[in-house]
Amino acid sequence: MINYDSVLSDKVKEMKPSGIRKFFDLAANTEGVISLGVGEPDFQTPWLVRKTALDALERKRMIYSANQGLGELRSEISKYLLRKYNLRYDPKSEVVVTVGGSEAIDLAIRALVNPGDEVLIVEPCFVCYKPIVELMHGVAVTIPTKQENRFKLTADELRAHLTDKTKMLILPYPNNPTGGIMTREDLEAIAEVLRDTDVLVLSDEIYSELTYGRKHCSIAEIEGMHERTIYVSGFSKAFAMTGWRLGYLCAPEPIAAQMLKIHQYAIMCAPTMSQYAAIVAIRDCDKEVQKMVDEYNTRRRILVDGFNRIGLTCFEPEGAFYVFPCIKSTGMTSEEFCAKLLEEEKVAVVPGNAFGASGEGFVRVSYAYSLKHLMQALECIERFVKRHTGGDK
Amino acid sequence: MRNKLISLLRQNARLSNEQLAIMLGTTEAAVAAEIRALEKQGVIMGYSAIVNEEKIDEDKVTAIIELRVTPQKDCGFDEIAKLVAQYDEVDKVSLMAGAYDLAVTVKGDNVKDIAMFVYQKLATLSGVLSTATHFVLKTYKDKGILIETEEKDEREFIMP
Repeated sequence: MINYDSVLSDKVKEMKPSGIRKFFDLAANTEGVISLGVGEPDFQTPWLVRKTALDALERKRMIYSANQGLGELRSEISKYLLRKYNLRYDPKSEVVVTVGGSEAIDLAIRALVNPGDEVLIVEPCFVCYKPIVELMHGVAVTIPTKQENRFKLTADELRAHLTDKTKMLILPYPNNPTGGIMTREDLEAIAEVLRDTDVLVLSDEIYSELTYGRKHCSIAEIEGMHERTIYVSGFSKAFAMTGWRLGYLCAPEPIAAQMLKIHQYAIMCAPTMSQYAAIVAIRDCDKEVQKMVDEYNTRRRILVDGFNRIGLTCFEPEGAFYVFPCIKSTGMTSEEFCAKLLEEEKVAVVPGNAFGASGEGFVRVSYAYSLKHLMQALECIERFVKRHTGGDK
Repeated sequence: MRNKLISLLRQNARLSNEQLAIMLGTTEAAVAAEIRALEKQGVIMGYSAIVNEEKIDEDKVTAIIELRVTPQKDCGFDEIAKLVAQYDEVDKVSLMAGAYDLAVTVKGDNVKDIAMFVYQKLATLSGVLSTATHFVLKTYKDKGILIETEEKDEREFIMP
């Protein structure tokens, strides 16, 4: 009988299962849950995109594409980044089409991190950065951000964590779970710190299309940053294409070439059918995207107002599709709050500490749901908070 | 703000001015003023409930009747269309481009009711050349709302 414990990789065994998993099981076993817990759009992929995939299935041979991705898609990605964010990437050598933004993050970390390298991770954040860094024998150094700064990374916080071992900064804005964004001025300050170092930036901008009131700015556009930035994005959030598994990364040629090697050996190429559809999404769907953004914005306003009214203070998030209200006034921890809310009102939200220790005292609420659904959930949360803060007996 | 306001009211006319103001990022007073203006200008003509007819007891029958008519001097189709619209049985009258002129939606208690309305009242109007009656069997979508096909949310409850 094999002793599995002795054959498995030590690094993999050390990896903690996602903090969300436990809570997920709890929700899955409750009848009639009103969930505000997902990180994917409720909208259907635009019909034009779906139709293109159907046509591709009928007419095209579904064969491997070039490792880097279809030439036409890379060229459209390059045009899109120029048109939207004033970024210049050569589609021939600086763009790689990946299996979702997730693979792009994985490639970037694997291509750059040597054992002992420190990687700065801005928290609260999406759950995948730290485990991958540690799998590479890197050292994950978290930088907690604060509500009073609207969960932005400040230059001082960055400076305080830089050492001569720092290899990379992972900068995830617009942010999941807080909804915080970094404006051009905020990014200028970060660039000022990094410009004369060899520290690279992995900028995860998967939510870049979803900002409210102001246009997204990429750190790669700031002077001196293009050469030290790995830009990661994808189709899941902006075009409601989560299940299509398609993302991309852009980086200076010497880095992109190394990442492409890993991609060639591990993945071959992203799904060809999805790539055909994505050409249309990125080229022809501005209107559809705008419609979704407008709808998210309406929902965002109703949630921010709702939570503040209930007494769970909530800064106004300007990006992604999450609000991140503070639940400290209830005297509960994030996990207690979520477990009780699920048990008593059958409403599922995600504990903030699932996204890093600095998320403690907050919960993530997704507004990728219909207005009707959100308003119903708000009523339940209001009742719950009144019951637990003595506002209502 | 006007278009977005109309679109929100179309989805749910029972939203309060306060809720609408939050959603639109404006003030309650501005919403109230805009709604008053829309009502005054006749853009919003009224507010009604979207009812799933199959779930209420009344066993009403609905038919769509294609009418071919002779347009009249000076007023074209308007006069006969307005005349048809006078009948209580008539729910909706539209002028059409194509093989016929007026599309008339009629509601009655039963098929016989509608048949009598067509051959006694509509067909005999002067100017009506012919009628073709189509009975509605089932409605899947009404006023932009899908009926009885509430889509199941297949997403997981919790995802990072």
